[in-house]
Amino acid sequence: MRIEGKGQIDRAKPVSFSFDGRSYQGFKGDTVASALLANGVRLMGRSFKYHRPRGVLTAGSEEPNALIEVVGPANQTPNVRATVQEIFEGLVVRSQNRWPSLRFDLLSINDLASPFLSAGFYYKTFMWPRAFWERIYEPIIRRAAGLGSLSGKHDEGHYEKAFAFCDVLVVGAGPAGLMAALTAGRAGADVILCEEDRLLGGRLPYAEGQVDGKPAADWVAAAEAELRALPNVRIMTRTTVTGAYDGGVYSALERVGLHRSPRPDLPRECFWRITAAQVVLAAGALERPIAFPMNDRPGIMLASAAQTYLHKYGVVAGKRVVLFANNDGARAVARQLIAAGVTVAAILDSRSDASAIEDCPVYLGAEVTDTKGRLGLTAISGRHMAGAFEMDCDLLLVSGGWNPMVHLTCHMNGRPRWEASIAAFVPMADAVPNLRAAGACNGAFSSLDCLTEGAQSAQSALQALGRAPTEIAVPRAEGLPYTITPLWQVEGKGRAWLDFANDVTTKDVKLSAQEGFRSVEHMKRYTTQGMAPDQGKNSNVGALAVLADATGRGIAETGITTYRPPYVPTSIAAMGAGGRGAGFAPQRFMTSDQASRDRGAPMIEAGLWYRPSYFPKPGETTWRQSCDREIAYVRGAVGVCDVSTLGKIDIQGRDAGRFLDLVYTNTFSTLPVGRVRYGLMLREDGYVLDDGTSARLAEDHYLMTTTTAAAGLVMRHLDFVHQAHCADWDVRFISVTEAWAQFAVAGPKARALINSLLDAPLEGFPFMAAGSLRLGSTNARLFRISFSGEEGYEIAVPSRYGEALFRDLVARAETMGGGPYGMEALNVLRIEKGLITHAEIHGRVTAYDIGAEKMISAKKDCIGKRGAQRDGLHGAAREQMVGLKPVTIAEITSGAHLFDTAADLTRVNSLGYTTSVGYSPMFDRHIALGFLVNGRARIGDTVRLVDRLRGVDVLCEVCDPVFFDKAGERLRA
Amino acid sequence: MKLPCPLCGSRDRREFYYMGTEDYLTRAGEGASLDDLDNQLFLRDNPAGLTRDLWYHEQGCGAWMVVTRNTVSHAVLAAELVAGRNKGAKDAH
Repeated sequence: MRIEGKGQIDRAKPVSFSFDGRSYQGFKGDTVASALLANGVRLMGRSFKYHRPRGVLTAGSEEPNALIEVVGPANQTPNVRATVQEIFEGLVVRSQNRWPSLRFDLLSINDLASPFLSAGFYYKTFMWPRAFWERIYEPIIRRAAGLGSLSGKHDEGHYEKAFAFCDVLVVGAGPAGLMAALTAGRAGADVILCEEDRLLGGRLPYAEGQVDGKPAADWVAAAEAELRALPNVRIMTRTTVTGAYDGGVYSALERVGLHRSPRPDLPRECFWRITAAQVVLAAGALERPIAFPMNDRPGIMLASAAQTYLHKYGVVAGKRVVLFANNDGARAVARQLIAAGVTVAAILDSRSDASAIEDCPVYLGAEVTDTKGRLGLTAISGRHMAGAFEMDCDLLLVSGGWNPMVHLTCHMNGRPRWEASIAAFVPMADAVPNLRAAGACNGAFSSLDCLTEGAQSAQSALQALGRAPTEIAVPRAEGLPYTITPLWQVEGKGRAWLDFANDVTTKDVKLSAQEGFRSVEHMKRYTTQGMAPDQGKNSNVGALAVLADATGRGIAETGITTYRPPYVPTSIAAMGAGGRGAGFAPQRFMTSDQASRDRGAPMIEAGLWYRPSYFPKPGETTWRQSCDREIAYVRGAVGVCDVSTLGKIDIQGRDAGRFLDLVYTNTFSTLPVGRVRYGLMLREDGYVLDDGTSARLAEDHYLMTTTTAAAGLVMRHLDFVHQAHCADWDVRFISVTEAWAQFAVAGPKARALINSLLDAPLEGFPFMAAGSLRLGSTNARLFRISFSGEEGYEIAVPSRYGEALFRDLVARAETMGGGPYGMEALNVLRIEKGLITHAEIHGRVTAYDIGAEKMISAKKDCIGKRGAQRDGLHGAAREQMVGLKPVTIAEITSGAHLFDTAADLTRVNSLGYTTSVGYSPMFDRHIALGFLVNGRARIGDTVRLVDRLRGVDVLCEVCDPVFFDKAGERLRA
Repeated sequence: MKLPCPLCGSRDRREFYYMGTEDYLTRAGEGASLDDLDNQLFLRDNPAGLTRDLWYHEQGCGAWMVVTRNTVSHAVLAAELVAGRNKGAKDAH
């Protein structure tokens, strides 16, 4: 029910939403939980294991019970806390983990079977017969397991990620956080204040007493107004800081659109990475329940939650209230409820020496030992100093004390310290560099202590930043000490829950200890304590107290499980925002991209690049027809191919040649100006790194090309070799891959095509020549190199002319009986010539393996020379590159293994494998490159090529990897 | 995680490429013993505590650096340019 005059909700703005198909009304500012409670709905969920009816326990993100599904037009989000989800017009939510309905759930039969479903049930029960596991047990368990359900569709929602930087990050905007932000903000520091809630102030507005002589809520409003007026302070509400990482980096999850009607321009969530020089952690504390028998019914909630519902939402979730507590702080809640006109039937204080000042019956030395009410609380019974009692009530408030939110201080391996005076864990100082805990999360619970620590920690942060501290007066506020007598569990007949979400009871923890799982980490895994979406925020400390008791150790000695990020459940969609579809990786397009697409070429990925696979012509029905035709262009007329994706590195300086001598196996310092040389690069361990050509454009100027795949790798390697081994040499280099568009023109008519572009025909320009020329008004470069075995040229122009030149080259080629060719044709052309790509130099082959050991110059050192000399990297035992031709017409595949014809097809008998395969029109069959043990000595032999994955088993002749024109007469023509 | 690039300042870890121990800097060139080669390429300490590793500011200035950090505390203690180390050193080739 609502209490008039209370709550920070907008009563002028009613909002309707639907829960389990029924429409309810709340007000703007309500959460699903507060609105349902206001409508008298207490039952909101079913527990995980026993399917027990459950209501709300808390009023925040730590809620273990009231987990709901939010159903959107495009999304269905399970396990949303009803205590966090704000309502908006048209919101549709439903309960989960129940069938057929929330009030009548068939799987609540588990509850009757609970004596058999104790901790370790799975491990003990489903052991035999063994054959039952996969077919019977696992499907049943999988069906029963899990909480919410997914739509099964992709989440097409809009998410974002963002980065922020600040001098001081303040986590939490309660009294300590506000005071810290004011202190740092007034000093001029760049401040980010993150608050999980929609409102600032934390629990301060609910406190008894005044702040600075005025109601606490007024002080909070004034502080907020001042902070909002400071240009150097950014306030981020609905933003939960979820993790602390190395280097002052913090993750935070912002609920941007989850509390509004979906709008296409608004992201649902934003995942922040905040880099902060200094941090004030003012995360507050969470109240913890007491494990008394049957403590899980709807209508039993934490005292602090009831306080929040009263002050923030103007809601009281019952008509007849009982408070059960072990500390002074919770008693204020009863006083506030009485003041609001609510019937408080009794205060049950477990301490025998506590005061009794409230205007209601107060029982000392009291404990609740049983509760009643199938779908909601109706009565409780127990004992107190005068004897046993029974009483009717529909709302039981519980307070077992408070747990400081030490989570972030433990994300970098810090361990919290047990502080007996408040019966709670508090942060170790300096557990996270440059982070200071202040206020309730540091174990300081009074308003005055929170305000004081907030100001002090901000002053320390300012000092660490080298800023002058500001004069700041801490406002007067309530400073009463926190008095508590620990009460973790109440003995009695019924089950007493610790972890409500995962249905872990005190009995389970005791059983765990009894069965030898005495370490807190073992107990956690054996009982699943703290492993639900709430990660045991309310229950972990209580569970380890029960474990400590069961094992006869102290709590400090027992220790606590590890806190890990994220602090709240975080959607993968938010963390990976922008990474779907085309956002997964950057896309690189060649200048000819549109021209290729205009011709209907399917594009294939080559690293980040997109290259045309083939150029279909009308009438062609398979890619092979197009590929064969394009091969014929190059072998018979002229073909044009965009090769701009090859890495291009411009190398200059007096020592440029000397540098290339060091990185290449062969010599480049002797290369004449105007010539190109093929070079091989090794890693220091002697394996092949990359290959390519380098041209000498001037005495101190080279242009290196790398393979497409290894362009970045080679750049990194050159930088390393230069900086590590010869930083004092006069050589500089830079990637110019994207500065130049480069096209291969290959075939018997290639020269004629090139000449048609030029004012005067080429003179001389033999194989491996390089030069500059003018093409119209622009400078161009021409290289006579070949990746097809035909007479070939590569012509390069500044990128902005790339598309025009490509279209022009293709048009000219077509008048000469040729045209463009794609990757498929390029691949076959180079296989026919035994030219390697990274399919061959895949990181496990040496220069010896590819028949290039003679390229390692004997006259000089080079990277990888010593490594390549090691035993085992050369010789007959190596798999050496060979060509393979099927003996009969049959399709073969790359990745197939090679066997001797008489050998059994077992792994140990595999003598090698194929790396590249293509259909060669010239030989009218498939041909392959591959590696075969002692292959060069076996040319002419027959081997068996087997690919069991694709059902290929073909006899092949071993041949030279250069299938034709070994002398290179065609390319030198 | 952030690394203090000597040229660019404190930058996010994602901008860097990690190579491994600074042992790679001690090159076993032509004629080196197998032990020297082994030390350069393969033989590694696995310290709990101080390590000196090579990082490359690939998305930044292209500088290789030796970063001193503590694998236990995750503290990053220093970063020096690889090129700077060799300044004035005898030509290794």
